[in-house]
Amino acid sequence: MSSPRADFLSGVRVAAPITLGVLPFGMVAGVAAVGVGMSALQAVGMSVVVFAGASQLAAIELIGRNAPAAVVVATVLVVNLRLVMYSASIAPYFQRQSAKWKAALSYLLTDQAYAVSLLEFENDEETSRRWYYLGVAVPLWVTWQAATVVGVLLGARLPSGWHLEFAVPLVFLAVLVPAVTDRATGAAAVVGGTTAVVANGLPYNLGLILAAVVGIGAGVAVESVSATSTDTNDEEGA
Amino acid sequence: MATGYGTTTLWLIILAGGVGTYALRLSFVALFGRLDDVPEGVERALRFVPAAVLSALVLPEFVYSDGALALSPANPELLAGVLAAAVAWKTEDILATLVAGMAGLWVLTFLLG
Repeated sequence: MSSPRADFLSGVRVAAPITLGVLPFGMVAGVAAVGVGMSALQAVGMSVVVFAGASQLAAIELIGRNAPAAVVVATVLVVNLRLVMYSASIAPYFQRQSAKWKAALSYLLTDQAYAVSLLEFENDEETSRRWYYLGVAVPLWVTWQAATVVGVLLGARLPSGWHLEFAVPLVFLAVLVPAVTDRATGAAAVVGGTTAVVANGLPYNLGLILAAVVGIGAGVAVESVSATSTDTNDEEGA
Repeated sequence: MATGYGTTTLWLIILAGGVGTYALRLSFVALFGRLDDVPEGVERALRFVPAAVLSALVLPEFVYSDGALALSPANPELLAGVLAAAVAWKTEDILATLVAGMAGLWVLTFLLG
């Protein structure tokens, strides 16, 4: 028997270990934001309004380098393009929610909330879509905001000799590695990363956007090459 | 590293980034039913966004030191990055990766400095 309350709580239980992993990530976002000279209110405001860690860290870094505002915003959107994929994939399960609930549930859509909820929805038809998802997503939201606040409070006190800015690429790295699952995603990572290194001196800090486009292109290309070679039994490969 | 941006500009950046990101989240949840499926080409391309973007965020931080390309063992960021990558690959854990990379950087900076 499933009730809204039971479904919410079972979501909370599954989310608990994941929120632990989100904690250092959110703290880094807070530390980094005040580190580049954003106010405490702006640092927390960014976590509430944008609520997407990787894009926040990318934006903070560009803000620190005084990249043009349009490039900062464009970078946030490029980094968050994957949310469109989640939105499309989870949409059928939210079909029967009212427009207001759709609006609220969408705000809470993150890598983790998506991955955990989809797994449950695919396996159990009885679970309340709304309450299970909220059970996963709300603790993640609360943890993210609390961690940002802790990071902001710590940020002002941490000595620069600790090189804490290095935590930012480390967090990205920890998210990147599980995203490389096959040859095609590997190609996207290698080509995207290399392009970013080569294009580092590009005006307006456009290197990241260029690297994203070229990296995605490489992934698509490798995927279609491997698909064709399997189809035709062509041993030449790429 | 202090930003030269004014308060208003920073808030506008936060707002524009937030509204845009929300639109990406809401896109298909709101459109479902009117638009049956994501066009296949778009879906295929989106699959590669995390790998391409994250790698582009990471690599330059590891291989550049003080604005110059430093592909040498004397660059502590590069060595610490390689160590963290190995830990990330083994554990797939954010906290373990953070600890390994930061500890590696501190030890290497001490040894090389």
